[in-house]
Amino acid sequence: MSQSDYVVAAYAVIFVTLLVYVAIIAAKLARLERETAELAELARKRSSGG
Amino acid sequence: MNYLADVTALARKDLRLELRARDTLPAMLLFVLSTFVVFHFALPSGADELAAQGLLWVALVFTALLGLARAWAPEREDGALDGLVLAPSDRSAIWLGKSAAVFVFLVAIELVALPAFALFFSPLDAGAVLGVLLANVGICAVGTLLAAMAAASRTRELILPLLFLPLAIPLVVGGVGASVSTDPGRYLAFLGLYDAVFAILCWASFEYVVSE
Amino acid sequence: MVAAAAAGLVGIAIVLAFLVAPEDADQGISQRIFYFHVPIALTAYACFGWGAWKALLLLWKGDERYDLESYVAVHQGTIFGALTLATGSIWAKASWGHWWRWESKQLVLFLVLFLFYSAYFMLRFSIEEGPRRANVSAVYALFGVALIPISFLAIRLAEDFIHPTTFTREGPQMTGTMFVAFCVGWLAMSVLAYALYRVELLGKRLDANLRELREALTT
Repeated sequence: MSQSDYVVAAYAVIFVTLLVYVAIIAAKLARLERETAELAELARKRSSGG
Repeated sequence: MNYLADVTALARKDLRLELRARDTLPAMLLFVLSTFVVFHFALPSGADELAAQGLLWVALVFTALLGLARAWAPEREDGALDGLVLAPSDRSAIWLGKSAAVFVFLVAIELVALPAFALFFSPLDAGAVLGVLLANVGICAVGTLLAAMAAASRTRELILPLLFLPLAIPLVVGGVGASVSTDPGRYLAFLGLYDAVFAILCWASFEYVVSE
Repeated sequence: MVAAAAAGLVGIAIVLAFLVAPEDADQGISQRIFYFHVPIALTAYACFGWGAWKALLLLWKGDERYDLESYVAVHQGTIFGALTLATGSIWAKASWGHWWRWESKQLVLFLVLFLFYSAYFMLRFSIEEGPRRANVSAVYALFGVALIPISFLAIRLAEDFIHPTTFTREGPQMTGTMFVAFCVGWLAMSVLAYALYRVELLGKRLDANLRELREALTT
């Protein structure tokens, strides 16, 4: 591996780590959205039924 | 002074418990001696005499870990730690008393282990012995607090080495340096620095570790 | 908005690191790793320091929100610390031909810190949630920042008997543009860390609030 390959590798590692982080956050946001939708549903049922 | 009286009373209680039960000290002693024998077989024949000096510190750290794992056992078994914490004395006294007891245990072990090491491997000079004593202070101070943290955790004995080893690294450096180098003063001073910094930190933060 | 600033800064930093700064005479192109590696390291230290500060606030003021802030900061620090080890290792391989160099004090220090803060998570997740966990985590975080200078001293002292002192270049002498590139890189990493910190904190707070809401609605 030449020198510049290593430089690329180093930056790639940083970049990939960031991407993974973004992916994790995206997944978390999706889950949170699902949960809020569930809770909104629960609240609706409560106010109309209870 | 009330504080010192509390500390001495607590330390003495631990020493008396151990004298009666006699479970931790013999185990630590046997452990350290067995470790020395393992080291003999682990060191290839061309190995430096100095390598053995380094291994002494490995043995000391792991023997201390063995003892520390049981340091809070009496309090845990009787639920006495809650009682102690509720007592009117300053909570840091609990830590200081326990550390003092552990220190005495370590020194007791070393009284046998160090001559054994000198017999099996190579003689130890004053720098090495002073290094051991100074490192003991650090081991006891930090180890006792970390053992209390581990007691609060689900994984107890499993997590204590993980918490302790990174913090023990500077002690090993200081100790090996004091044993091996021609100018042990620097390393002994460093050990003193470690002891001062972490003893103060432990003393100040112990009450947060045990309070609910 | 912070994220936008982070993205912008990182972009500028990359451009500077690759195009603007002159090539280092001794190490050649691999020196360019330095523009991100050292800022990442510095940012990791900053995160640990920030985590310790929040920990101190928790112990001092008792407000439980500091616990989450301290935890997220330590988490960020650990991630950046891991990145430091990764980029440092690559740089070592590029410059000296080995993936690991015990002579590199920075790398060894980060290894020790990485071990220490990894234990932080093991400790934290083995204790029941509550004030006890918060307090214990806070004390441990404080121990971390005390460990940083002490470990560094130890590693320095250890050099004398562990390895013969070889000529190492921990940080190249920097010319003007190199220095600017470095500073931009540092600023970029810091802002990035802060942006990630805010995002993670937000996510965890949302989690906690939703859980409370769920409990309120299902009882």
